[in-house]
Amino acid sequence: MKFRTLKRHFKEGIKNTLRNGWMTVASVGAVTTTLILVSVFLVVMLNINHIADGLENDVEIKVLIDFTAEQADKDNLEQEIRGLQGIDSIEYSTKEEELKKLMESMGEQGGDWALYEQDNPLNDAFIIKAENPHDTGSIAAEIEQMDHIYRVNYGQDYVDILFTFNQYVRNIGMVLIAALVFTAIFLISNTIKITILAREKEIGIMKLVGATNSFIRWPFFVEGMLLGVLGSLLPIIIVLTGYYFLTQNVEMLQRFSFVQLLPFYPFAFQIAGLIIGIGVVIGVWGSLMSVRKFLRV
Amino acid sequence: MIEMQDVYMTYPNGVSALNGINVSIDQGEFVYLVGPSGAGKSTFTKIIFREEVPTKGKVVVNDKETSELKWKDVPYFRRNIGVVYQDFRLLPKMTVYENIAFALEVIEETPKNIRKRVMAVLDQVGLKNKARFIPDELSGGEQQRVAIARAIINHPGVLIADEPTGNLDPETSWEIMHILEEINAKGTTIIMATHSKEIVNTVKKRVIAIEDGVIVRDERRGEYGYEI
Repeated sequence: MKFRTLKRHFKEGIKNTLRNGWMTVASVGAVTTTLILVSVFLVVMLNINHIADGLENDVEIKVLIDFTAEQADKDNLEQEIRGLQGIDSIEYSTKEEELKKLMESMGEQGGDWALYEQDNPLNDAFIIKAENPHDTGSIAAEIEQMDHIYRVNYGQDYVDILFTFNQYVRNIGMVLIAALVFTAIFLISNTIKITILAREKEIGIMKLVGATNSFIRWPFFVEGMLLGVLGSLLPIIIVLTGYYFLTQNVEMLQRFSFVQLLPFYPFAFQIAGLIIGIGVVIGVWGSLMSVRKFLRV
Repeated sequence: MIEMQDVYMTYPNGVSALNGINVSIDQGEFVYLVGPSGAGKSTFTKIIFREEVPTKGKVVVNDKETSELKWKDVPYFRRNIGVVYQDFRLLPKMTVYENIAFALEVIEETPKNIRKRVMAVLDQVGLKNKARFIPDELSGGEQQRVAIARAIINHPGVLIADEPTGNLDPETSWEIMHILEEINAKGTTIIMATHSKEIVNTVKKRVIAIEDGVIVRDERRGEYGYEI
């Protein structure tokens, strides 16, 4: 296609968008409403996902080493563990260090444990992280088979529940977003269909003088794109303003250190891009869907 | 050249519009299509323009068999056929100039050539001084001349006119006929469906009469043959 023709299509598309007046407002309104819902949902989803990822990445395997193990046994064990597939890191922690960590985690009451410094009942330990948190269980099982192991711990009960829960949240979120987007596409395609009825004659004449289908379709493509972009402006403003205040002002969230919201930058740009992208898809799809039936002559 | 062999056309609703048409029209001929309303004249023209594909039989226009055209080739096929209707089919918000230029924009002609060719064709149909008018400001005859100008701007080999004078008074009808004759004189095949006894009996041309989807009469210099 020649550049001149492309320019014509854009001019035509913009002209039609303006000429359609209230129909354009209606279409943009439909996109806006949907996108506000979708984007609020997206923000919640992405943050839940982020938090879930954080929790999943905190999952580690603690391998407690038998009291009877000699230094050589420990070295062998470390080598053996390193040899496993999918190990991200392995760290050795003596029982003295373990006790210190325990005392720290208890806060003020930690001092009560100082007595145990004389006769430490804890084990030396390896702290292991899997490359993929989902492999944690199987890696732990393999390590359990090795010699000089006292116990292997990775919060079995809560990790499995966490993974399942996260999976559900993700799936349900995806389905809901897809449903919202499809609803919007149908809304738009119906609104645009009304405006096309008024232009049926024009399309007929275009066919009469030998216009190709793509030539006829292009201005509608541009129009759909425009509707999508216009429809995404308000949702972007609303969502980003809301999110900004959320990250800045809600102290309560900052108290729970495990609830880490995605930082405003670059999340703001990502979500804005995503909203415009979804808006354009909705607009273009809706527009092309409604023009399709008029092209069959 | 247009050739139809054993052409049948039955619409999806069961109406059979053409029932075995055999005809051959040479390049440069002027043909009247006559017959009662609903006899199949419009379907006959639609089949040439490939608005419809016959349910049976072969239609060859400009060396192309229409049923074998791929859908993406149809627009290019149509660029070699001009069409004029009783209701003009002009875009009401565009000027005369824009209405005609539109046909060239669609085939991606350069702006310079568009200007040159539109003015030339407006001159040909005698509307050079009305280029900036919109259709509503013109008389019926003038609107039909704009439609003809749009139909012939790509120098089509065939011009289909479906009752071009149907909405016009007798005097204006003659103006349109003269323009069509001029176009025909330059070598364009003209197929004109009409109910005008006066025109057919005065400007003698080949007459094809269709009744109930079959050709009942095909005369080199025929008469209208129906009472109005």
